[in-house]
Amino acid sequence: MSARNLLDLAWLIPAFPAFGAVVLLLVGNRIGEPKAGWLATAMISLSFVSSVVAFFALRSLSPHVRANVSQGFTWIQAGSFKVDFRFLVDPLSSTMTLFVTGVGSLIHLYAIGYMHGDQRFPRFFAYLNLFAASMLVLVLGSSFLLTFMGWEGVGLCSYLLISFWFERNSAAVAGKKAFITNRVGDFGFMLAMFLIFEKLGTLDYSALGTTAHVPAAISALPQSTVTAIALLLFVGAVGKSAQLPLHIWLPDAMEGPTPVSALIHAATMVTAGVFLCVRAHVFFDLSTHAGTVVAWIGAITALYAATVALVQNDIKRVLAYSTISQLGYMFLAVGVGAYSAAIFHMITHAFFKALLFLGAGSVIHGMGDEQDMRRMGGIRKYMPITAATFIFGWLAIAGMVPFAGFWSKDEILAKAWFNHDYALWAIGAVAALLTAFYMTRQVWLVFYGPERFRDDAAFLSGADVAHAEDAAVLAEPVGPEPVGAARHDDAGHGGDAHAGHEPHESPWTMYVPLAVLAFLSLVGGAIDLPFVNSKLNVLDRWLDLPEGALAPHFYSAFVLSLIALALGVVGIAYGISVYRNGLRADGADPGVERLGGFAGVLANAYYIDIVWSRFVSGPLSAFARFLSDGVDRAGIDGAVNGIATAAREGGGGLRRLQTGLVRNYALGIALGTVLLLLYVATRVTF
Amino acid sequence: MDAVIFFASAALVLVGALGVVVGRNPVHSALFLLVTLVSVAVLYLQQHAALVAAIQIVVYASAIVVLFLFVITLLGVDKFEPLDDAHPLQRVAAIVLGVLAFVGIIVLVHGNRWVTGAHSTRGALGATDSGNVKTLATSLFTDFVWAFEITAVLLVIAVVGSVVLARRSGHRPEVGLPEAGSPERERTST
Amino acid sequence: MSALSYPDHITATYYLVLAAALFTIGAVGLLIRKNTLVMFMCIELMLNAANLTFVSFANALNDISGQVIVFFTLVVAAAEVAVGLAIIIAIFRRRQSVNADDVDLLKG
Repeated sequence: MSARNLLDLAWLIPAFPAFGAVVLLLVGNRIGEPKAGWLATAMISLSFVSSVVAFFALRSLSPHVRANVSQGFTWIQAGSFKVDFRFLVDPLSSTMTLFVTGVGSLIHLYAIGYMHGDQRFPRFFAYLNLFAASMLVLVLGSSFLLTFMGWEGVGLCSYLLISFWFERNSAAVAGKKAFITNRVGDFGFMLAMFLIFEKLGTLDYSALGTTAHVPAAISALPQSTVTAIALLLFVGAVGKSAQLPLHIWLPDAMEGPTPVSALIHAATMVTAGVFLCVRAHVFFDLSTHAGTVVAWIGAITALYAATVALVQNDIKRVLAYSTISQLGYMFLAVGVGAYSAAIFHMITHAFFKALLFLGAGSVIHGMGDEQDMRRMGGIRKYMPITAATFIFGWLAIAGMVPFAGFWSKDEILAKAWFNHDYALWAIGAVAALLTAFYMTRQVWLVFYGPERFRDDAAFLSGADVAHAEDAAVLAEPVGPEPVGAARHDDAGHGGDAHAGHEPHESPWTMYVPLAVLAFLSLVGGAIDLPFVNSKLNVLDRWLDLPEGALAPHFYSAFVLSLIALALGVVGIAYGISVYRNGLRADGADPGVERLGGFAGVLANAYYIDIVWSRFVSGPLSAFARFLSDGVDRAGIDGAVNGIATAAREGGGGLRRLQTGLVRNYALGIALGTVLLLLYVATRVTF
Repeated sequence: MDAVIFFASAALVLVGALGVVVGRNPVHSALFLLVTLVSVAVLYLQQHAALVAAIQIVVYASAIVVLFLFVITLLGVDKFEPLDDAHPLQRVAAIVLGVLAFVGIIVLVHGNRWVTGAHSTRGALGATDSGNVKTLATSLFTDFVWAFEITAVLLVIAVVGSVVLARRSGHRPEVGLPEAGSPERERTST
Repeated sequence: MSALSYPDHITATYYLVLAAALFTIGAVGLLIRKNTLVMFMCIELMLNAANLTFVSFANALNDISGQVIVFFTLVVAAAEVAVGLAIIIAIFRRRQSVNADDVDLLKG
């Protein structure tokens, strides 16, 4: 079978999880736990196998023709608007499918252990598979519209999965918030699609050309159009990838189960925005200013999220803000034109962030649903595998050699420097320092230091800065995952962490994925080492995307790397020194104390949520209420009721004609007769 | 001479008509009706319609008016009745319509030059002083004999109908009239 | 009498105007009066007006048909009076009144 024939079977990649989703939705309850979980994992593993086959098939093609659009059917045909339902396999999409399905399979496996005992176990896996299918359609789609379809699909699944434990009101609200905030971004995406169709006549990716060859239709577009398209696509990405100012949904999305946070909000869905910008990079290349906007928003978001993560007490919220920060790095790379660096960081981030989230889930599971780091400490003795893998992830994200995060983050910073964007480099460097610091804080508070979970919870209430403001709910841990879900009934511990619950290691279905991801976090950097002469920059050459500014000579790049490494080491060292003994005796956080009053601002995430709710959702709610009460109830209902009333009153009035008196009826007859007579008289005579 | 007869009769007709409408006592109205009917008969005579005039007097002026008077006194409504009206609008509207109708008719007939002067279709009037009895009778018994016979049937139906309608039904006691078999009757007969 | 000159020939015009006036008075009376017997008499006035018109035209058009029609109208009027008065008596038996305003069961 030739490579092209194999690639035409690319539709199998999303088909497997889609099939799994359908089966689980229909008969999932009868399949039950744990077979439902194994079925879902099998489906996505098959998808991974197909992705690997497709990868090798693609690789066997020569570089100039390394793209295959599979056969499909015409989905929409309306006049000159034609959209085909076909899948495009090229280096970018095949790379994406590889890590989406690979990391996805590991997370599915993990979820079998994590969701053990949940009442809606099969439904969870149905949603996970549905999500995987949507994400794969997003990545493999051959046109903007197919990508948008997958985009909306992952948004839907995100909503379904965040509010999976919908009995808890905060989860339901978080799901809605995620969906609505995404929709705001989606509006930008749609406008971009309209503009693309109007100017280019098609939504197909084939119209975008390749890196080597920009189509004439696009290069002929005026600057304003190209910038508009680029920025509108970026608006969609801002919503989906949680950049300022639409990042507000991601921290609240931690209400969902941890596998969801790992899969959707670390490894895959949030990267869809980056993917979109990379796919449509031709617009960013041609526009003179769009890249600057993207890079600055990415950089500022990275710094912003890193500062907020410094004072978070929930183990997952720290990671959520960390994700926002790392996504900022990816957009920084996109903005300076280093698209393959962005993809590289996306891949390594998927490895270590999924690892960190799954590790956090393991900690939560082992601690009996405790999520507040202030009540943990010293648990590496009880959960050695979790601790070891978590440390791998920590070193990767902090940018320590030779872990994957060092290579990818370093490349982004280097590209920014050599593009003469020194301010961006500086912001990125500071964010890297902060990243190392807060991750160290997290590791030390959770795994090292005294075992605070044996203490009484009362000491926490006094010295907690995070409670100072009214909206401190933002810094609160999302709360233990609900009792109603009947989780966690293994090994007979029914107590909670306050009572000195003894932590324990997780089952093999949970720590095997951790181990695999830890390994990948260590060696993952090998796919794109910056030693160009030795041809070790495998990913760069494979992706065939613009690489951004190149280092003038190896020496300057080497020095920059040393500086980045030094920053990471400084961050870690400072973190260890501050948190060596965990929290203080009265429960105060030493780092928070050093920040003083500013810690309150950070705890409330610079009050951006409040700004949104007061200046946007408040007026919008008022407007909606006006429409519902004023326009709908009074106006429209009033009109309809008014017609009824008018009919009744009219009838009532006309009723008075029926006097019952013969004289009046005779008068009516006389009136008619006279009118007729007059008419005839005048007509006949004149 | 014609003119004098005409204007005198016309005046009587209108006076009688107004009397019928305005009279508060139904008996007065009936008597004014009589005046009108007789005056109209005179006008018929003036137009060479002697048989019609005779029939008018015999049927209308006597039989019908007498019938009216019978019923009025039978029902005992020969009393004065007030002429006020709970529906003043009715009165105003009626007068307005009446005036409009009058104007309309005049306009209609005047605009068509009153009479068209068409030829006779059924038979010319006879000599002006014979009263047209022979002509009318001939026409009636030849051209219109079918209608003539039907009107006889109509009269029979009318008689039967009025007897049925006016018959006392059932054993309900009526006002003013002693019932057959009632105690008063029994007493007066014995 | 010198100012007014008698018309030497009474044409049909005069009779028609008179008939129109008589008809109008009868119609107005029918609409105004409440006593059913008087209303009936007004109907008779209107019938007479029509009869007068017919006879006038018969005279003017030199056609006997007009008088034949009047003949039949007289017969029918007689029959109608008989039946109508019977109805009035029947109503009177029920309601003890010949006031048309008292029969208003059809009031909506």
